[in-house]
Amino acid sequence: MLLPFQYEFFRNGFFAAVLVGALCGFIGVYVVLRRMSYIGHGLSHAIFGGAVLSYVMNVNFFIGAGLWALLAGWLIHLISHRRWVGADAAIGVVTTSSFALGVAIVSTRRSFTRNIEAALFGNILGITPTDLWVVLFICLIVFGVLLMIRRQLLFATFDPEVASAYGVATGKIDLLFVILLAVTVLASTQILGVTLVAAAMVIPPVIARYLSQRFRTLLIVSPLLGAFCGAAGMFMSFYFDISSAATIVLTSTFLFFLIEVWSWSRRRERNRPTRSSS
Amino acid sequence: MKTAHDHRPGDPHALHPPGIEEPTASGFTRVPLVELANVSNRYGKTPVLQNVSLKIWPGQFLAIVGPNGGGKTTLLRTMLGMIPTTDGKILLRGQPLKRSAMERIGYVPQLETIDWNFPITVEEVISMGFYQRNSWFRGIALSEKKKLQAVMERLNLIGLGDRHIRELSGGQQQAVFIGRALLGDPELILLDEPTSGLDIRSRDDVIHFLHEVNHQGVAIVITAHDLNWVAAHLPWAICLNRRLIAEGRPDKIFNADVLKETYSGDLVVFHHDGMLVIGERPHAPHP
Repeated sequence: MLLPFQYEFFRNGFFAAVLVGALCGFIGVYVVLRRMSYIGHGLSHAIFGGAVLSYVMNVNFFIGAGLWALLAGWLIHLISHRRWVGADAAIGVVTTSSFALGVAIVSTRRSFTRNIEAALFGNILGITPTDLWVVLFICLIVFGVLLMIRRQLLFATFDPEVASAYGVATGKIDLLFVILLAVTVLASTQILGVTLVAAAMVIPPVIARYLSQRFRTLLIVSPLLGAFCGAAGMFMSFYFDISSAATIVLTSTFLFFLIEVWSWSRRRERNRPTRSSS
Repeated sequence: MKTAHDHRPGDPHALHPPGIEEPTASGFTRVPLVELANVSNRYGKTPVLQNVSLKIWPGQFLAIVGPNGGGKTTLLRTMLGMIPTTDGKILLRGQPLKRSAMERIGYVPQLETIDWNFPITVEEVISMGFYQRNSWFRGIALSEKKKLQAVMERLNLIGLGDRHIRELSGGQQQAVFIGRALLGDPELILLDEPTSGLDIRSRDDVIHFLHEVNHQGVAIVITAHDLNWVAAHLPWAICLNRRLIAEGRPDKIFNADVLKETYSGDLVVFHHDGMLVIGERPHAPHP
């Protein structure tokens, strides 16, 4: 069991996967309840444009793609607050445009195919200790801010119009949330890749909702599930020699089906007519 | 015969609700809690409120009645500053509407607007009443927890704090949202159709509790559809159909003329056993 920990690349990848799994699981509770599941997918695609641009301009990934993600988040916030445009449409407009920009740049240069592959499908085994520290720093910041604004964020998520009437600064809270989301996606993209980040943000909270109807419990269960899937996925990746990002997401998918079957059998049990003893 | 409390808007002899309108001993007339002066509102090009002038006094209990789309909810939301006015002004205790001054106005939305699948418990919903005063980063203090328990006890919700809001009866669900409004120590609570979808027993519980709150000096404004219920339980009513049609005691203003103007339909109004009864005139049977 401890054999893979002999390798530095595994240790770095393992801790990064656990951290990012927990973070995505935590912020994912709000993402799912705000019906913004598409945003993780969209923002990661937007970051792809930023990642390609930073590579071309020879800027550090976290700085270049990070600034790009913040810009995308701010634009989504701006467009989605127009009354006639929903958040889903705003995400579609901003993120696909950004992804298209990345694709356009890639098509003009054939030299960085491998880096683009890493951005698309993740490169968890290429995580350096510096990357790990950056991921840890981002996790602490996002966790800290989310914990501090959790009450107002809950009110703004549950009942945004009334929250505003009660004096909650819903506009500022929404903007801050999108920024935190953009930063989370940034930290996760290098590990899970553009194509799989959304799954880490959506599946653990959905599983947690099967287990509890209490908001506070969801905020504990969902990140624990995310961290577990990160850890289990890393081991499976090592022993079965499959892409780590894929095994992490497939672990959570397996858990989802398990809980779905359990829930289905419980419903069936409950609805079964009771036989009277004769 | 017209009485002092039965009037149409613009009537110079119009008086305020009984017991509330008199000048104080010091000779100054009390300032209304909320005053709307010629307030108009529109959604796009469609007018929703037209020149509505209205005063709500401390301790008053009134119902706004009118047809669907007549502007009842818009009027409440305008008072809360959720919708900007296109014309006219709103004064809160004689001052222009400000966010900080609105801390003591509670709002209870229509239960139909609530997402009942949201994973949230009774206690978590009521606690939201604290958030308006809390800074972004502060939690709930011990004294606030005691206050939360006191409000839950008052609402007969003790022991239900950990339940999901969907698991309660209609009356209890309404009590949860009234409790959230009460935590801010409001001077005024605005309730949007608090009895909509409730059975007779639950409606009775809600009105009983609202009267209790009102007796403690909290002004209450509700929107309602059931005219008989308003006539039976509330001391003051406003008929609204985009503009203010009448204001006064229900037994005085709920007459065939006013209701025809409000609802654009024929309603039968009669007294039975000391009660005002409003009914729909049946359509002529098909030949």
